Amino acid sequence: MAEIVIRNLRKEFGDFVAVRDSTFTVGDGEFFMLLGPSGCGKTTTLRMIAGLELPTGGQILIDGEDVSQRPASQRDIAFVFQMFALYPHLNVRRNISYPLVSQGLPRAEVRAKVAEVARILGIESILDKPVGGLSGGDRQRVALGRAIVRSPKAFMMDEPLGALDAEFREHMSEELRALHDRMGATTVYVTHDQLEAMQMGDKIVVMNHGVVEQFGTPQEIYDHPATMFVADFIGSPPMNFLRFEGGFRPGDRSVSLGGTPIATPELREEAAGRKLALGVRPEHIAILDDGPYRGRIEAVEYLGTTQIVTLSTPHGTLKARTPSDRAARAGETVGLEFAASTLSLFDAGSGRAFRTAANAGVFHG
Amino acid sequence: MSAWSVTEPSARSKGIAAVLVILYTVITLLPLVWIIATGFKTGPDSISYPPKVIFEPSLEGYVNLFTDRTRATPEQLAAMPPPENFVDEIVQRRGEVITQPSKFGERFLNSVIIGFGSTFLSIFLGTLAAYAFSRFRVPLKDDLLFFILSTRMMPPIAVAIPIFLMFRQLGLSDTHLGMILLYTGVNISLAVWLLKGFIDEIPREYEEAALIDGYTRLQAFRKVVLPQAATGIASTAIFCLIFAWNEYAFAFLLTSGTAQTAPPFIPTIFGVGGKDWPAVAAGATLFLLPVMIFTILLRKHLLRGITFGAVRK
Repeated sequence: MAEIVIRNLRKEFGDFVAVRDSTFTVGDGEFFMLLGPSGCGKTTTLRMIAGLELPTGGQILIDGEDVSQRPASQRDIAFVFQMFALYPHLNVRRNISYPLVSQGLPRAEVRAKVAEVARILGIESILDKPVGGLSGGDRQRVALGRAIVRSPKAFMMDEPLGALDAEFREHMSEELRALHDRMGATTVYVTHDQLEAMQMGDKIVVMNHGVVEQFGTPQEIYDHPATMFVADFIGSPPMNFLRFEGGFRPGDRSVSLGGTPIATPELREEAAGRKLALGVRPEHIAILDDGPYRGRIEAVEYLGTTQIVTLSTPHGTLKARTPSDRAARAGETVGLEFAASTLSLFDAGSGRAFRTAANAGVFHG
Repeated sequence: MSAWSVTEPSARSKGIAAVLVILYTVITLLPLVWIIATGFKTGPDSISYPPKVIFEPSLEGYVNLFTDRTRATPEQLAAMPPPENFVDEIVQRRGEVITQPSKFGERFLNSVIIGFGSTFLSIFLGTLAAYAFSRFRVPLKDDLLFFILSTRMMPPIAVAIPIFLMFRQLGLSDTHLGMILLYTGVNISLAVWLLKGFIDEIPREYEEAALIDGYTRLQAFRKVVLPQAATGIASTAIFCLIFAWNEYAFAFLLTSGTAQTAPPFIPTIFGVGGKDWPAVAAGATLFLLPVMIFTILLRKHLLRGITFGAVRK
């Protein structure tokens, strides 16, 4: 198993820059998520780590060794493709044993290893079947089998659950995580599904337009997004932004929204007369009968124990997640209270989050 | 009344389809049956009018095809020992003696060497080129592909004279190598274009999986791409072989002796001892066989290959 260090990684396809200056570290044994919308460069990053693309610049270190310009076959990394890419002309057993055969292992050893992997994955009964007729889940397991059979330094997974239907995906994601925990294998996993990333990952890198927006644990990223993009991409419904103009000084513990002071974590930076955005998660909004900051209820979506209340305020539309026992009717004007310690403050121009007492420990560099 | 179904045609339309297919088959097979039958007729039977559908089969045509003969006087015939086999018997009954085996065997072998040789070379080069065009960033890719196709934009025979002169200069006239190169040159554009289509259909992930699994690019090509492209390779090979096998004009122009193929040879049988239709028909029948066998062997691939793209695998 291995630690993977990515330094200033860059990839250009002609004039198009797919990945620019990405830097992050995948710790030994971590389940690491590369998250972002399609076209953000996450798959290109993964393919560069695996050696399927060579970087235009920067370094990839696996266990301290620079492998950036080495071919895939020399990196000892396994890759699980979105469409699984099982060799269609071989049966399950030969698919799984393929990477071992390339290493020239004796046949008895190959058989033993394939049998062991089949037992771990519970696919012993289909070993001699052709891969053509397998169900999505079994294909997935065979693809995993082919990846784990030679105990590589690390696993790359490119949206491995993307081809499965929703029902089965849940089950497979648990199975994947359990498998990872048992083997302790360094895994880099690409997904565009923020829920999947939050659920399964030890660490997450959020990418957009080829740039690493934030790198941290799921909690850090959810609670203290480094940019407005991350705040908006993670969470469902996403973080709300109250847009206003104003300023603050280091040490301030509140900002003024149209004359109403809103308590925030202690601010560590300075801003004056700028376009700002106050970020608040839907579940951190409380609806009161009165209160200085007010909004009008536009719509209510009932979700069982909670409800999503859409409100219009002088600074934009908000979605609040509140317990559904509090009756909310469209048209009502209510008071709003925000949980002070959870708020983020962004520069609306650059999208960057300001440092506060709450997020100070989270931002790297 | 059965329910109307989108997927299953009705019994009536199936019946009509069957009649049409049978009719079409009969029409296309009739000339073939005619040729094969004529090969087993005697000379007089082959030109009798009205044509004989029922006749006494004879191997005369085949014997004539494989032998050169000369007329013998009754005295000469009487002086000869009794015929040892059916070949001698057929020949002597018609008052002839065999002087030597004919050149048909050699010409047929030339056809086999040149046809299969050029097919192999076209497929070999075509697959490599198609793979490169399909997978790599080749500078001026589109222009090159267009250029390759442009060799097909006129009938090949239009350049017969330059090729004739070139071949004479290079000493390729009437050589196996010359004919193999020529047919390969004509076929390769077809091969590259067809095979590129087939290889484009093979997901790159298969090769990438093989690269990850520790194989080199060439090993991945051989062990993963080639088996996947088998269908395309088989159907392309059949098209290449059929062209090279049947080609008449260049063979007539560029070969006369050692490298002469069967197509220009078969008509020359006419010249020996009158219009020997059974021998010509026998030659044509034998000439059909290799392509037929090759096609039947690859039939499974061919059908999938010709309909490729229509049905997702």
